Amino acid sequence: MPVYSARVLVSLRPSVLDPAGEATRSAASRLGVEGIVKLRIGKAVELEIEAPDLATARERLSLLSDRLLANTVIENWTLELAASGEGSSTSSPVEEG
Amino acid sequence: MTIGVVVFPGSNCDRDVRWATEGCLGVPTRFLWHEERDLSGLDAVIIPGGFSYGDYLRCGAIASFAPILQEVAAFVERGGRVLGICNGFQVLTEMGLLPGALTRNEKLHFVCEDTPLQVSPGHCQWLKGYGDGETIHLPIAHGEGRYQVDPGQLQQLEDSGCVAFRYQANPNGSVGAVAGLTNPAGTVLGLMPHPERACDPATGGIDGRRLLASLLG
Repeated sequence: MPVYSARVLVSLRPSVLDPAGEATRSAASRLGVEGIVKLRIGKAVELEIEAPDLATARERLSLLSDRLLANTVIENWTLELAASGEGSSTSSPVEEG
Repeated sequence: MTIGVVVFPGSNCDRDVRWATEGCLGVPTRFLWHEERDLSGLDAVIIPGGFSYGDYLRCGAIASFAPILQEVAAFVERGGRVLGICNGFQVLTEMGLLPGALTRNEKLHFVCEDTPLQVSPGHCQWLKGYGDGETIHLPIAHGEGRYQVDPGQLQQLEDSGCVAFRYQANPNGSVGAVAGLTNPAGTVLGLMPHPERACDPATGGIDGRRLLASLLG
């Protein structure tokens, strides 16, 4: 059965305050890196999944992202999925819970 | 009358809760290991504070898939009473039994202090021992207690009397200064403050007693 590589990016919804991101932005300024007007911290989850085909892998990982990896009350997620070993990944349209 | 206290790997207020319910109030209490499924004979379930599963992924996210909580969800369906304290409140929101989410405190600090709260008992049977608008003092101890919900839903919660506890000096940036919520049926209550730490006069105030005593029915 083919193995697919995936990356799920989880980010706070724009309306949700990100105090850790704000603190990091302040530190960037103290480091002397100027001009950063926005800094939001999220998570990247890397996975490999065995599935009969790409569509099935996408379906399973969408469920996983929506129900477990992200809390859609406060977070958005996007899924990048490709056959394992392929250099470039196929990015799905942005999906939002 | 028997109370069950859920114990996850990483729970750290389970014994405090048991001391409050059994030691201070004399209610028989038993621990429920997260892999158990047996809630027989229980009249109420408490999900205690702590760091279930190390708070990996998000506070309460992994706990919400524990076998015991599938039974707790069914218990709620049958009208059983469930109280979530601190991490327990986070778990209840992750399970979808209460709306919204608890996020990182606005100032990033872990806050550990006694805090004044305004109680709105509304339709919640847990709070019948408190007067409407009464101020009580309970300890808080959390780093991720900033309640978050969209403005429309917050209004709905306010209008339906589901905001049971409100901070009087908002310590974490919660929207609407929400410290605790009930479900519309008044059977599920979640709050960030720790009523179980305010039951024994030897360790401070006893404002939490009436809440836990109301578990007696």
